[in-house]
Amino acid sequence: MPLLDVQNLNLSIHGVEILRDVNLSVERGQVVAIVGESGSGKSMTSGAVIRLLPEGADVTGSIWLNDQEIGSMSEKEMCTVRASDIGMVFQEPMSALNPVETIGAQVMEAINFSEPGLSRGEVRQRAELALTRVGLPVERFPLTTYPHKLSGGQRQRVVIAIAISQKPALLIADEPTTALDVTTQAKILNLLKKLVDQDNMGLLLISHDLAVVAEVADHIIIMKDGRIIEQGGGKGFFDNLQHEYSKALFAAARKQREEKFIKDGEDTILEVKKLRKDYQIGRKKMLRAVNDVSFSIRKGENIGLVGESGCGKSTLSRCILGLEDFQGGEIYIAEKKFNGEKRLRRHISVVFQDPYGSFNPRHTVGRLVSEPFYLLDDQPRPDQAREQVCEMLVRVGLTEADIDKYPHEFSGGQRQRIAIARALITNPDVILLDEATSALDVLIRDQILKLLSRLSRELDISYLFISHDLTTVKNITDRILVMKDGTIVEEGRTIDIFARPTHPYTKSLLDASPDINKVIAAETVDRTRENPNENIF
Amino acid sequence: MGHYILKRLLSLVLTLLVATVVIFVMIEVVPGDPAAYMMGLSGSTEATEALRSELGLNMGAWDRYISWITGMIKGDFGTSYTYRVPVSDLITDRTLVSVPLTIYALILSTIIAIPVGVISASRRGGFLDTLLMGAAQVGVAIPNFWFAILMVLFFSTSLRWFSAGGFPGWDAGFLECLKALTLPAISLALPQAAILARVMRSSVLEVMNEDYIRTARAKGLSKGQALMRHGLRNALIPVLTILGLQFSFLLAGGIIIESIFSLPGLGRLVFQSIAQRDLIVVKSIVTLLVLAVVVITFVVDLLYAAVDPRLREGKRM
Repeated sequence: MPLLDVQNLNLSIHGVEILRDVNLSVERGQVVAIVGESGSGKSMTSGAVIRLLPEGADVTGSIWLNDQEIGSMSEKEMCTVRASDIGMVFQEPMSALNPVETIGAQVMEAINFSEPGLSRGEVRQRAELALTRVGLPVERFPLTTYPHKLSGGQRQRVVIAIAISQKPALLIADEPTTALDVTTQAKILNLLKKLVDQDNMGLLLISHDLAVVAEVADHIIIMKDGRIIEQGGGKGFFDNLQHEYSKALFAAARKQREEKFIKDGEDTILEVKKLRKDYQIGRKKMLRAVNDVSFSIRKGENIGLVGESGCGKSTLSRCILGLEDFQGGEIYIAEKKFNGEKRLRRHISVVFQDPYGSFNPRHTVGRLVSEPFYLLDDQPRPDQAREQVCEMLVRVGLTEADIDKYPHEFSGGQRQRIAIARALITNPDVILLDEATSALDVLIRDQILKLLSRLSRELDISYLFISHDLTTVKNITDRILVMKDGTIVEEGRTIDIFARPTHPYTKSLLDASPDINKVIAAETVDRTRENPNENIF
Repeated sequence: MGHYILKRLLSLVLTLLVATVVIFVMIEVVPGDPAAYMMGLSGSTEATEALRSELGLNMGAWDRYISWITGMIKGDFGTSYTYRVPVSDLITDRTLVSVPLTIYALILSTIIAIPVGVISASRRGGFLDTLLMGAAQVGVAIPNFWFAILMVLFFSTSLRWFSAGGFPGWDAGFLECLKALTLPAISLALPQAAILARVMRSSVLEVMNEDYIRTARAKGLSKGQALMRHGLRNALIPVLTILGLQFSFLLAGGIIIESIFSLPGLGRLVFQSIAQRDLIVVKSIVTLLVLAVVVITFVVDLLYAAVDPRLREGKRM
C-alpha cells in the first residue's frame, strides 16, 4: 500500500464544489507534484490531506496515511498526525514564522509536540540538528535568532526545519519557492529533494509552474477546476499528453522566442548615464544600491533587466520614474536631461507587479485608466477622455462595457490588462514593467506577454522589463541587462545571453531557472542511450 | 535596545518642554491680566495689584517661565490662591486617590476585556460571541454615571456592602481604601472594558488569519493552543495602544464618577480650581497631566519593544 492514498476525495466549502473525485497516491521516497493554476484546487487537495481547511469545508472520500484512515479521525487525533506524521511547508516564508518568537523556539515547539517526553536538552539538540540539516548551522544562525534577521530563503529553510524536525513520513510543500528568487528557488528545491531521499519521505509538491516541478518530480498530476485531468510520470510523459489544457501548459513552459525585427538607427528614447544611488543606513554606513549603471533604450526596443531581489533593480526603476533622488549620474529622456519634470516624465509609464494592490478599489476602471491624463498639458474633455479609454480597453483585450466596472470584478490577468491600458493612455515611449507578470498563472502570463509583444509592434513602444526570472524575459526582450549588487555585470542580445552567458553570475541564474526543455533534452539523451538503434529524429 | 530607550527618552523630554511652553503662553502671556481674571469683576485695584506681585507678574515673561520650571523641578509648584496651601501638597493628596483608582479600573477592565475578546473571537458568529459583543455594545452605550448611581442604589443602599461614597485616606488601611474605590473603579472600567474587548476581538481575529498560525497548526497545535502560544502576544500589540490612551484619559477624566462617589481626585481638583479661577493650580495640574501622558506613552513604547523583537533594534513597524 502506498504511503499516502487519497481515494474519491470531494470537497465543498459552504456548498460550493471545490474538489471532485480526486484520486492520488504518494510512495515513500517519491516526489509527486500537483500542477495547476490558482483556483484549480491543488492547495485545497493538500489542505484536505493535512486537514487545514477554511471554515465551512465539507470533505468526503477517504485519505489513507501509513495504513491509517486519517480522513475520519477526530480533530484531536488529527493534531497528533500533524505533529508526527506530516510536515508542511508554505508559500510565504516572510509571514509563515511568528515574528515575536526566536527560530529556535519555533523549531523546538514542533519537536515538543511530536514527542512530549523529551528533555529540554534533547529537544535543543534535535532543533539544532534540524536547522543544520536545512543549511542553517548553529554557529552562524543561533537558536536565539529572530525571523526578521533572515532573508526569505533562510526563513523558508526554517519552515522546512520545522516540517522535517519530527521526521514525518509525508512532507507537503505548497508552492514552496514561488515567493523566492530563481537561484534560491533552485537551492530550496534541491534541499527538499535531498531531504526526501535521506529520510525516505514522500513529498507532495504543489506548484503553478510545470517547469519548476519537471526536474524534481517523479510523478506529475495536472489539475484544473477541482479535478485531476491528467497524471503520469517517468519518461515520455510530456510527449504523450492527452488533455488540451496540459498541452497548453507544456507549450507555455517551453515556449521559444519568436524572432522580432530589430530596427537600427532609431532614436534613443531613454538613456541612463553612470547612475549612482546610495542609501544611508545607520550613522556611518552607506549602502550603494545602484553603482555607476549606464544603458540606453532605443525606440521600439525591449530591454530586460534581470537580477535577484536586493540587486538594485527596483531602486534603479524608481530613479528612472523620478520617485527617488540619486547621488550621481544623469538620466536622459528623449535626449533631454530628466530631473523629475512632468513634461519628460510623461514619456514613461509603469506597470507594477501586484494587479490587486495597485488600484484604488473605489474607483471605476474609467477613472483609473484616465488618471494619467493629468500629466498632459492640454487635457482632453471628459467625453474625449472616455472615448480614448474605451479604445484603449478594446486594444488590451477588454470591452467598452468594462469602463464602468470596479477592479474587484476582474480576474488577476484582466486587472493587469487594465494596468497596461492605464500605462498606454498617454502614448508613452517607454513602459517600465516591474515584475508585471510574476503574480500571474502560467497561461495568463503567456497571454499577457503575447499582448505586450503585439502592442510593442503595433504602437512602436519600448519596454524596460524588470524581473528576477530570466525565462520570463526571454520571450519578449531584444537585449538583457543582468544586474548584481548594484552593477550591471552582463549586457547583450537576448539570444546571445541565453546561448553563451559569459559572467558566472548569469550562468548561475540560467542554471537555476527552471527549464522544461532541459528536462526533455535529458530524457531524449537517456532514451537514445537505451535504444541506440532507434532513430529519434 | 539602549539606543531605542534613549531615543524615546529624548522625545519625551522634548514633548514636555514644548507642552510647558504652550501651557505657559496660554495662561500667562496671551493678552489679558491673569491677576484681574482671578480676582473677578468685584476685585479692587489694590487687591489685584497685590495678587500681581504674589504671582510674580511684574517680572518679564522669560524670567517667570524659568522660575516656574526650576520651581517645578525642585517640587515647588507655588501656593494655591484659593486653598492657601502649597499646590504640591494638594496634588499629592489627589494623585494618591486618582492614580490608584485609575490603575484599579484598568486592571478590572483588562481582566474582563481580554478573555471576553479572546472567547468572542474563537467563537466568531456563535451564540456566545453575539451575547458578549452585544453586552459590550451596551457597555459602551450606557452612561457610566447612571450605572454608578444604580450600583450605589444596589450595593450601598440595599445590600450595604459598600459605603455610598467618600474616601477614608490611606492611613485607614489598604483594604478599606480598596473597598472605597471598588464601586468607582467598576463604573470607570465598564465602558473601557467594552471598548477594549472589541479591540481585542478584532485583533485576535486578524492574527488568527496570519500564516504563522497556520504553521503552528501544521506543527500539531490545536486551534486553541495556536491562539494561546502564537496569537495572543501578537494580538496584544494594538490593545497596548488603547490601554495607554485609556490610562491618560481616566487619570483626570473620572471627574463625574469622582463627584458621584465624593472622592477627592484630580478630576475634581481641576474642575474646582477652574471654577474658582485658581490659575496656579490649573497650570500645575495640566502640566502634571501632560507629564503623565508622556510617561505613559513612553512606558507603552517600552512594552511594545518587550513584545516585539523587531522594535528592539530600532526598526520600523
